[in-house]
Amino acid sequence: MPEPATTTIASAAATRRPGRGRAKVWRDRHWRWVQNGDGTVTKRAYWKRHGRKPPRSHPRGPGPRPLPRPQTPRAPRAGQPFGVYSGPFGRLEATRLLNRAGFGPAPGQAERLAKLGLRRAVFSLTRPAGAAALHGPAPVGGDGEAIAPADAWGHDHLWWLDRMVRSDQSLVERMALIFHDWFATSNDKVSKQQQMIDQSNLFRARWSGSFLDLLKAVTVDPAMLQWLDGTENTRRSPNENYAREVMELFTLGADRGAYTESDIREAARAFTGWRNEWSEELGAYNFRFDARRHDPDPKTVFGQTGAFNWEDACRLCVQHPLHPSFFVEKLWSYFVPTPPSAETSRELQRIYRLNGSAIRPVVEATLMHPDLYLGAPMVKPPVVYLASLLRRLGRGIDTDDWAWLCGQAGQMLFWPPNVSGWDDDRWLDTSTIRARWLLVTYALEDRYMEAWDESYSTTETATQALNNALSSWAWPALRAEHQNELLALSRRVQARATEEWQQSAYRALRQNALRQLIAVSPDLQLG
Amino acid sequence: MSADGHNCCRNYTRSQLLRSAAAEAGKGLPAVEPGMPVPAGTGLTRRKFLSRSAGLALAVYGASKLPIAAFEDGIAQAAGNNRVLVSIFLDGGADALSLLAPVGDPLYASLRPTLALAPDQGTAFSEDTRLRWHPAAAGLATLHGEGKVSAFPAIGYTSPNQSHFTSRHFWEIGEVEVGFRTGWLGRYLDLAGDNENPLQGLSLDGSLSPALATASKPVAAVDSVTDYDFWARVDDPVTDEMFSSFGRFGAFAADSAPMTQTRKAIARAEKLRRDLRQFDDFSSPVPYPNGSFAERLAGLAALLGEGMPLHCVTVSAPGGYDTHSDQAEDFDRNIRRTCDAVLAFQRDLEARGLADRVLIEMWSEFGRRPEENGSAGTDHGAAGAAFVIGSRARGQMVGEYPGLAALDEDDNVRATSDFRGMYCALLEEWLGHDAGAIIPGASAFARPALVR
Repeated sequence: MPEPATTTIASAAATRRPGRGRAKVWRDRHWRWVQNGDGTVTKRAYWKRHGRKPPRSHPRGPGPRPLPRPQTPRAPRAGQPFGVYSGPFGRLEATRLLNRAGFGPAPGQAERLAKLGLRRAVFSLTRPAGAAALHGPAPVGGDGEAIAPADAWGHDHLWWLDRMVRSDQSLVERMALIFHDWFATSNDKVSKQQQMIDQSNLFRARWSGSFLDLLKAVTVDPAMLQWLDGTENTRRSPNENYAREVMELFTLGADRGAYTESDIREAARAFTGWRNEWSEELGAYNFRFDARRHDPDPKTVFGQTGAFNWEDACRLCVQHPLHPSFFVEKLWSYFVPTPPSAETSRELQRIYRLNGSAIRPVVEATLMHPDLYLGAPMVKPPVVYLASLLRRLGRGIDTDDWAWLCGQAGQMLFWPPNVSGWDDDRWLDTSTIRARWLLVTYALEDRYMEAWDESYSTTETATQALNNALSSWAWPALRAEHQNELLALSRRVQARATEEWQQSAYRALRQNALRQLIAVSPDLQLG
Repeated sequence: MSADGHNCCRNYTRSQLLRSAAAEAGKGLPAVEPGMPVPAGTGLTRRKFLSRSAGLALAVYGASKLPIAAFEDGIAQAAGNNRVLVSIFLDGGADALSLLAPVGDPLYASLRPTLALAPDQGTAFSEDTRLRWHPAAAGLATLHGEGKVSAFPAIGYTSPNQSHFTSRHFWEIGEVEVGFRTGWLGRYLDLAGDNENPLQGLSLDGSLSPALATASKPVAAVDSVTDYDFWARVDDPVTDEMFSSFGRFGAFAADSAPMTQTRKAIARAEKLRRDLRQFDDFSSPVPYPNGSFAERLAGLAALLGEGMPLHCVTVSAPGGYDTHSDQAEDFDRNIRRTCDAVLAFQRDLEARGLADRVLIEMWSEFGRRPEENGSAGTDHGAAGAAFVIGSRARGQMVGEYPGLAALDEDDNVRATSDFRGMYCALLEEWLGHDAGAIIPGASAFARPALVR
């Protein structure tokens, strides 16, 4: 069993006495396993534990590895007043931060992040330096060939999934995913994978700055212009599709009294003027503003009158008094499953306005808010769930299967169900749970124990088996009831192995079952 | 078709692609050759649905405005005492001259130098002494001996089309013109079927058979993609232990709404898995041969035994019959798997007391050329063989074996019965519905007496 990254071996070698040069070093072999309290155990030297050399009679260590102490989270607390979380920031809190702001921890990442403390941990995610780097093997399809994101069906999905798994700026990918859902555009209508990928790159480039700049860029993005009929919207035949959604879904929200049908009609006129060419070979191309198609007459939007154009319409939406509350609460909903308190919402709105509608300060305030750490867990969206499994395994993208499997789990990237995006309250049903089970089966494809060739241990104990399985997933913290159930399962299987030929086979099967169950347990489905 | 892919002609492969592509969202349809008909049912809306009352993962086609819940009600309320027609398709053009080999025809041995059956192989066909059942078709021979098989030794239509795709399309729509968007059974169900019971037209192959394509009534396919299995690299007896732990993940207390949601979904999924597995684990009163086709027929008998309201059922026989090369081995294997399973199915129905309710129609899009080609195979022909099987089948040959001396202008076997006549008889004698409203030009076709 490989030594887990979370285990540090302290020894007296590190405590060489000064002034003695390279004299013979006394080695402390009287280790013991100690619980760290966060779902990990560490070997700790006698000297570290007791501050002196062990007596002659002391038995050498470390003895059988104990199971990590299961984690029973505190009952989630209801909404907190606005503020910065001030409780302990250890491995569990860092894991939650990485689950919400990224795609879960890579082995050892949560421990490293925890050492930074909350603020620096958040800033390390939200203020990355330079361009993102992708670490690890480049993505390939099932045939071993490089993926073709713009051309092959499903490879656009693989392309992004790969970035989720490998990018060292996982928050940027997460923000891109959030805005992909926020401005949900589907290749169902765009029919050009490259244009969809280009739109996601727009989110990567503009996720942190002014929301108005982002909105303007999205408004004239080729994929969006096709998706919501921006280029069908001309002075002679206005199309209200974009104007309606920009208010209802992107900036203001429905049924809040923020706008009227007349505002939509007038704003649609302001958005007129965009056009494109179409050819058999290129599809839709050459998107541009054509003043002849623009309606230059005065419009009245939200009570203001002027010869507004598309930029004015975007500005009017973002300047609307009901926009900041919509923005901060929608953004919050991607990170915290319960709505913010009125006080928190007000404070986030203040931050948003003070920073000129900049997105990053609101993200940072949300990521530091006590509700994120003290409140309920969230169901991971399917791609986040899969990416977090692959990150734990250290496995890159090497199969096309993730495309259809994620589709079955309810989230094919670039194919949101409609313009309002995916429904975050409905990720789980009998059909998607099964797909998540299969995601685990496929993720473990190459890591299963062979059961019937007698290659597996015939002596592994129930505890060792569970330790082995937890290690294979980089030591996720399990709730007590889940860990106890897995240990009970481990013992039940062992009790069934009564014949000699069953000893190795059942232990291998047990290992496979434990690995499967850890990954499908609520501990890893939620984050 | 993978196992037999090396044998397929190009046209065949392409037609298969086109058919499967209809279901592969996002990939679009491959280019269709000019004149190639679009399969009936292409583009029908398709909704997935797990029927608890039927214990099946279904893809429901047609009737897109009905809420899914209506189907569950429809299945629960529909009466399960209808007669059932099971259509078994031999895909690729099965060689009638091997199935019912004309060993007594003087030209047979010279046209089939390597493929001809020896005069003492197989079982004699009692209704025509020139013919013998292929040894691999022993299951059919047995049933024929009991008077439960009506054989059509040379069935087809005038001006036979030798494209797999087009000829199959004709058989599926019950007309020899391209362009119908509904299947012959689909049109029957549109007239006589239920508004809410998708099981009335059921494909056992994962996607809807074009023959069942309706215009308005719901029909379904047992969706192989959503078959509710939870696969993992775990075997018995650890599997049971694993799932009991999985189920317990769904039963522990929850302290937040997302945890409640997760636990509920796990608990429901595990319950559904167990419920459906009970169906998977149905016991058959008779032994079946191995293989997925036999499993499907066994499952079909179990469904009927449960009183499920099935009416028209389609299933593809195992393997492919487009035997352009090395025919003997493939044909033997595939026909054996098919006929053994059909025999077991019939015995199952008899044991369950259902045999009087079920009639099987077995068909292929065409027969093969009498003269074998240079690679120990046969090319596309015209008239083929079809069979109507069951306790209520009349057991009398329909149309005669025409002999190899009088081939058509393409050197193919001439048809002595028309498939639309068979359809008319099945509709009127078995399903009890006037064929005139379903088969174009129905009045022109002679109705063989098929049902006793």
